[in-house]
Order: sequence, then C-alpha cells, then structure tokens
Amino acid sequence: MHRFANPTRFMRLSAALLPWTAGTAVALIAAGLYLALLGSPADYQQGESVRIMYVHVPSAWMAMFCYTVMAAASAVGLIWKHPLADLAAKATAPVGACFTLLALVTGSLWGKPMWGAWWVWDARLTSVLVLFFLYLGYIALINAFDDPTRGLKAAAILALVGFVNVPIIKFSVDWWNTLHQPASVFKADGPAIDPSMLAPLLLMGAGFTVYFLWVLMLRLRTEIVAAKVRALRLRQVRSGAPAQPSGAAPLGAEG
Amino acid sequence: MARFLSLLGRDLHLAQRHGFDSLLAVVFFIIAVVLFPFGVGPEPNILARIAAGVIWVAALLASMLSLERLFQTDYEDGSLELLLLAPLPLELVVLAKVAAHWLTTGLPLIVAAPLLAVLLNMNGAGFAVLVAALLIGTPTLSLIGAVGAGLVLGSRRGGVLLSLLVLPLFIPVLVFGVAAVDGAIAGFAFRSPLLILGGMLLAALALCPWASGAALRQALG
Repeated sequence: MHRFANPTRFMRLSAALLPWTAGTAVALIAAGLYLALLGSPADYQQGESVRIMYVHVPSAWMAMFCYTVMAAASAVGLIWKHPLADLAAKATAPVGACFTLLALVTGSLWGKPMWGAWWVWDARLTSVLVLFFLYLGYIALINAFDDPTRGLKAAAILALVGFVNVPIIKFSVDWWNTLHQPASVFKADGPAIDPSMLAPLLLMGAGFTVYFLWVLMLRLRTEIVAAKVRALRLRQVRSGAPAQPSGAAPLGAEG
Repeated sequence: MARFLSLLGRDLHLAQRHGFDSLLAVVFFIIAVVLFPFGVGPEPNILARIAAGVIWVAALLASMLSLERLFQTDYEDGSLELLLLAPLPLELVVLAKVAAHWLTTGLPLIVAAPLLAVLLNMNGAGFAVLVAALLIGTPTLSLIGAVGAGLVLGSRRGGVLLSLLVLPLFIPVLVFGVAAVDGAIAGFAFRSPLLILGGMLLAALALCPWASGAALRQALG
C-alpha cells in the first residue's frame, strides 16, 4: 500500500491507469444499460418501472461504499499522517454526495408509481437522507478554514464520527419494518432475484464502481497539482518576488 | 477528580457571572415552542398531537444554539492551550466543560419543558416520560455537540456550520425521545425507547469526549 502512496509514483501510475479505468467504466455501464433497458424482462408486478432499479440500487451501494472509502481514508490520514489519504477522502466526498443524491432522486421517481408517494419517512429513506447531510457537512467543514490542512484534519474526524450511520442504513430495513424492501442481493442464502435481472444489476454496480475509481484518480491528481501550485505560490510570496497574476485571488483574500 | 471538579466549578462560575447569557437558550426554547400555536393554529387536538415532537425539536435547536460558545471563548483567550497542557487529560477537560454546559443550558430546558407541555395541551400521561426522556437525551446532545464545537474552532462562519454538522447526528436522539413520549401517551410500553436513549447516552459518554479531544488537539496543533 505504501509503495503507491508516494505522490510522484501515484501521478505516474494513475496517468497510465486513467484511460483503462475510463474505458472499462464506459464498457460496463453501456453493457449494463443495454441489458437493463432492452435485454431484461419487465417485472410481473411492477412492469417497466422496475428498470429504475438498475440505476437506483447501484447508486445506493455506491453512496455507502464512497462513505466507507472516505472514512477509511480519513482514518489512514489521522493515524499515519498520510497526506494522500486525506486528499483521497476529500476527493471522494463530492462523488459520494452525488451518488447519494442520485439514489434519493431515483428512489423518489420509483416510489411514486410503487408506493403512491414521492417521499415517505421510512427508516431507510431517512437514514440515506442523513447520509447526504453528512456528506454536505464534511464538504462544508473542509472548505471552512483558511488553512487547507486544518480543514482536512477536522473533516477526517467528522467522517469517522459520521460512519456510525453506515451500518444504520444497512440494517434499517431489518430493524424497522417499514415500506422499503429488505436486502435481496447480499443475503446469507444467496440472491433472491432472477438471473436475467441480476446480471444487469451487477454490471451496473461494477460499472459505477470502476467509474468511481476513474473519477477518484482524476480528482486526486487535480488535488495534488493544486497542492503543488499552492506550495509554489507560497514560496514565491515568501521569497519576496511579485506573485504571478493567475486569475486566482491573492493570498489571504479568500473569505 | 479534584481538578475535574475545579474546572467544572470554573465554568459554572463563569456562566453565573455572565448571568443572563446561559438563560438565553431557555428563552429561545420557550419562544420557539410558543411560535407553533401561531403557525399551525390553536386547535387543542392538533397541538396535543404534535406537542412531544415540537418540544423535542425546540430543545434540539436550543441546545445547539448555545454550543458555539462551548470552546470558543477559551480558544480565543488562550485558556484552551493551558488546559491542553494541564495535568488533566483533555478528554476529561471536554467532559467537565460538557457537564457545565448541560447544567447551565440543558437542565433549565428540562425545567421549562412541562410548562410548555401544558401550553401545547399535551396529554398528562406524557409529562413524566417527557422529563425522563429529556433528562437522558439532552446530555447526549451536549456530548455530540462537543465534537462539532471542537471541529469548527477557527473556521469561518462556525455557527451555521455547526448546525450542519451536529443536527444530522442529533436525529436518533430525537426519534427515540419522541417515541418514548408518544408511547406513554398512547399507552404503549415506553421502556424500550428510554433504554435505547440510555444506550446512546452511554455510547456518547464513551466516544464523544475522545473525538472532541482529537478535534481540540488539531485545532490547537
């Protein structure tokens, strides 16, 4: 793990991997979408609206997976003081927030024909909404400090505190027996879903995961470059040379 | 223990010297609850139906409002740095400050709650359980809030940020706090929501001083 944690090595490795992850993500999502929209049967009860599932369920998986990645990276950053881990957590947050929003919106669209309401205060829905707020709080906290490293450290603690919500989301359908259906894929006795529907679901899940890896590398590269630019500019200011006009606000002028 | 008590005494003393400041949270609590009959109309049945939830939400907001000052003044005048160097572990410093915060803001809320329950026409069966649930639940809020208050030290717009950080984490306390009171009113067993509230308090008591201490260390780092 530590071998890949050197920023220079990461830049080299990620540059080589970017096109491959991008291609794989596109191929998986394309295949998944084809099976989901054309190559799979309509549900005997839900009709065509079951197809929302192929975006909704992987988004929800990713919402929780991204938070877990964020919390794990935060822990690594706090324990081993690893700068890349902190940046990885920071880069994950907006992606996870978007997946959470996607899960909430697609769920709402699916809920209207199935339950007759855009939103119900069911335990699963509520805990995912809280997850969305936790992502927003994390992003807000990172950006609330003039010193970027302060924001990263504070947000890392928040990410770990908020992790308590992830198991609550997972088990909410079992603890509170409300509208949202319980797990049907990751079960002790195997998935309770027909292979014709499981295939597109897993393809989309894999596609979303590879897409996340691709975007994470892209964002992490941007973060590293931005940190380098910041360090260079600070050095420039300290050496007394006039700062280059770069369209960015001068130091100390933000907020 | 003596050091812990002296710090607790110091904070209580400070609150007492500031007189009205710590009571502002209670005033906010009362006003916020009183707004509801104007908002939803004075229909006694409707008010009775929403009484438990309204009182709990107002208590949540009131305890959150006063949290911003929990470490802020000590952070600004340098006392926090000295407390970090003091022979008392930082986790116990947090615990002492949280205890002082709860005694000066949480406890008055609990005293005011039955009065507000009368104003909202709450069913008499819910009164004792409301006070019990607030007694168990509000210390949990102060403990969770201490984590948020530590995290926003030195940030821009700490107060608004604090609400975004701690309100989502307050939700479980709200859910079970209201469940206990509504259960007592409807004649169900209210023991299990109270026990879950107690479990949350114990978990918060174990984990929050530690997380809050970590937040303070990085704020002063």
